[in-house]
Amino acid sequence: MNYEAVIGLEVHVQVKTRSKMFSRVPVAFGAPENTLTDPVVLGLPGALPVMNLAALDAVIKAGLMLGCEIAPVCKWDRKNYFYPDSPKNYQISQYDQPLCRGGSVEIELPGPSRNVMGEHRRVPLTRIHLEEDVGKLNHGANESLVDFNRAGTPLMEIVSEPALRSAEEAFAFLTALRAVMVCGGISDCDMEKGQLRCDANISVRPEGSPRLGTKVELKNLNSISFVRDGIAHEIRRQLAVVQSGGVIVQETRDYDGQTGASQSLRTKEQEHDYRYFPDPDLMPVAVDAAWKERIRSQCPELPFERQRRFFSEYGLPYTITSVLVVDRELSEYFEEAARLSADPLAVGNWVVNQFLRELGEGKLSFAELRRRVPPAAAAELVAEIAKGTVLTTAVAGLSAALFQADPPVGVRQAIEKAGLAQRSSGEDLERWCREAIAGNPKALADFKAGRDSAINGFKGPVMRAAKGKADPKAVDEMLRRLLKEAG
Amino acid sequence: MASALFHRPAAELSALLDSGAISSVELMQAVIDRVKAVDPSVRAFNSSDPDSALAQARASDERRAAGRRLGPLDGLPIGLKDVIAVEGQPLTASSKMLANFISPYDSTVASRLKAAGAICWGRLNLDEFAMGSSTENSAFGPTRNPWDLSRVPGGSSGGSAAAVAAGEAVAALGSDTGGSIRQPAALCGVVGLKPTYGLVSRYGLAAFASSLDQIGPLTRTVEDAALVLGAIAGHDPRDSTSVRSEVPDYAGLVRRRGGPWRLGIPKEYFGQGLDPEVAAAVENAIAHYRSQGCEIREVSLPHTRYGIGVYYIIAAAECSSNLARYDGVRYGHRSREATDAVDLYFRSRAEGFGAEVKRRVILGTYVLSSGYYDAFYLRAQKVRTLIRRDFLEAYREVDALVTPTSPIPAFRLGEKSADPLAMYLCDIYTIGVNLAGLPGISLPCGFTASGLPIGLQLIGQPFKEAELLSIARSYEQAHDWHTRVPSL
Repeated sequence: MNYEAVIGLEVHVQVKTRSKMFSRVPVAFGAPENTLTDPVVLGLPGALPVMNLAALDAVIKAGLMLGCEIAPVCKWDRKNYFYPDSPKNYQISQYDQPLCRGGSVEIELPGPSRNVMGEHRRVPLTRIHLEEDVGKLNHGANESLVDFNRAGTPLMEIVSEPALRSAEEAFAFLTALRAVMVCGGISDCDMEKGQLRCDANISVRPEGSPRLGTKVELKNLNSISFVRDGIAHEIRRQLAVVQSGGVIVQETRDYDGQTGASQSLRTKEQEHDYRYFPDPDLMPVAVDAAWKERIRSQCPELPFERQRRFFSEYGLPYTITSVLVVDRELSEYFEEAARLSADPLAVGNWVVNQFLRELGEGKLSFAELRRRVPPAAAAELVAEIAKGTVLTTAVAGLSAALFQADPPVGVRQAIEKAGLAQRSSGEDLERWCREAIAGNPKALADFKAGRDSAINGFKGPVMRAAKGKADPKAVDEMLRRLLKEAG
Repeated sequence: MASALFHRPAAELSALLDSGAISSVELMQAVIDRVKAVDPSVRAFNSSDPDSALAQARASDERRAAGRRLGPLDGLPIGLKDVIAVEGQPLTASSKMLANFISPYDSTVASRLKAAGAICWGRLNLDEFAMGSSTENSAFGPTRNPWDLSRVPGGSSGGSAAAVAAGEAVAALGSDTGGSIRQPAALCGVVGLKPTYGLVSRYGLAAFASSLDQIGPLTRTVEDAALVLGAIAGHDPRDSTSVRSEVPDYAGLVRRRGGPWRLGIPKEYFGQGLDPEVAAAVENAIAHYRSQGCEIREVSLPHTRYGIGVYYIIAAAECSSNLARYDGVRYGHRSREATDAVDLYFRSRAEGFGAEVKRRVILGTYVLSSGYYDAFYLRAQKVRTLIRRDFLEAYREVDALVTPTSPIPAFRLGEKSADPLAMYLCDIYTIGVNLAGLPGISLPCGFTASGLPIGLQLIGQPFKEAELLSIARSYEQAHDWHTRVPSL
């Protein structure tokens, strides 16, 4: 019998806010242990939570971007369980009335090759709710220490329907979801900083069966490659069990990305009873139409929508758009430059090759690079290249020079300074060409006899005379003109 | 008559300070001496810091001398129930769990008292985590009733009520979840006000039941209650349940003559279990109001009989969650025997909490458990709505309700300790006010033949504390119960 896997993901995304979910303490990563705390974060006697409206705005934005239905009332519940990283031993969360319901994430499945766009699909969402993050345990040999810096950070839980069929699809889902979150400014989704964490519910069933198999929850898929490897590993494990006639036990398993193995944390019987009830310290908050409209007006274009527009509006190929659209700033930079340019494709190429290479160097921030080479300068540079003022072979060096210049310099100025202006239009070029033709009668004879490639015999001497700074295209044109005259 | 300085009402002392007849240091010293003299037998205080109090008194005298008086409470020692946080002072909740805990921050009420110049004076005993009606559930031993040291002061704010009655504090703050300000006020012969839910910030009050808890004053007179309420009331951005409303000049309004009012007598509050001497005193009070031209009308609060049941489900549910934070991990009692994290929880909580707290935590955990939530917690919330509706319905006809505060006067230590249900019935007339979120006040309305104080409860409309205080004061001015003091 053939089996298929059914996967649903629960993704935790830290919401990018200045202060914590229910207190005024700042959110930050890497601060000295237990410095980002106050009576509320530590759960001291008498401390009370006060909701961070910016976090609520961010989740509403996420919901609107993903096409969710936004709840008319934001209601808070307590999820009760004891764990040392939980300061109050309950987590303020949303149980029966999540802020967002429904919606979907558009994903792109792997294409036949890296340069070819894959199939797109919509993965339906069950819900998105907001809650507070817990602290972090650092286990030593004989003791465990708790750092509450992370505790109270606004945390979104995004739950997908069990609509994914493979580890690759799960990976595509996370990639697409992350792109939306980053694009909306909702989260930086840096997995190394724990800003995006993933658990997966996995089951297998006979192919085509309408019934779901017994699910196993796989926890701690905390890097994007762990997600892929962990899910693939769990599917293999379950298939091995069912194909040998065994039965899957409903349980929670912990995946260890280092060893690639998983082990059981608890079975269904050992599941917590979270004793959810409405948090009496927090009043429900009505989310009215005006509020939703205000947030809707702040929602940017989704990455895949932008990609489709870049195809149609600028005629960009997949290879360029797939690089551009994952980065909102870069896309906007491209678009500003493209609007000033007669050749958006050339602009796209320049951005993806030159700008991105400079960004990849990691020495300067996006904002700094943009300051030194604003979109208008990029458009100008591309125009100069098209005019033949700049040799294609010299573009990389010239671009690097522009990025390095501080204070910034103009494109023309940089071209002159670098001595890169091509001598292609001057009298020099004509003189060099005449000399080259005169110096190679054999090639001239061959050319006249109809062997077109003989023209190459003149080009070497021209280039040498121009010290490499002549545009091959201009040289070719000049030679042909003179050869034609020589008839 | 109450001639000793430490027995005089806050308003009178404030005037004496303003006139220069006494100094705050003088007053503070008199109170410190009084505590030294009587607290070994009353035991209202868990702790106090006389040096700091005297330093604050000196600072207050300097302010007055410089003409920079912060308000009528400037220089007056006000005691705080040991469940309200004051920076740098112990916050024990009368529990072994927090026996060594020092609060690193001020509650909103403490910072408001300080801003008004008041001296935060001592940590007053209570039933552990405010759970009880006799202050016998304190891990540090019971407080005794100043009127009869063999009897309880009521609870859970028993230390606050006893301290005010015994002259150990000019006024005190308590907290009231099901009657914890009003019932001890009644049993100790002082005034106790539970404000409308949301009027006074709960920030810094170690929570028992969040949807019911409210901080309020215990004082010698109704006017004093108005003075203290004026200092602590008002919206607090740190408490999401605190209501945005203007704070009227309670003390100014209460001095004005009001009425006559339409007063309701809820028939369900005069049934079985009401002590005849208490009933007689309350009837006399009602007769007084009638004689003053008030319209007296019988009203019905038909869901009253569900009050105790609803209360013990909701309060226990919230307490089971609120007290989960006391786990020995970050602060508080940590068992020395623990072998791992789970064991640490079990042992620290088993050792740190007393029997009544455990009883309620277990009850609350049960009613919130999967499969029981709908039958208990959800249903209790629905009945709670009906109870509130009963009151609001009655207020279509009357301005306020008149009832006994406690069905019985102060009982003997140990008399009810063995029977939790008998103890729970002490709150039968006070619980509805918390469930409905209304303001309620208890004031002295007589004494039993054996000399025990009796309390009259007035229940007002939401956020109409000024009117409630006026109604109370009109009775108080015509009687002298509040001027009597216990002989200690």
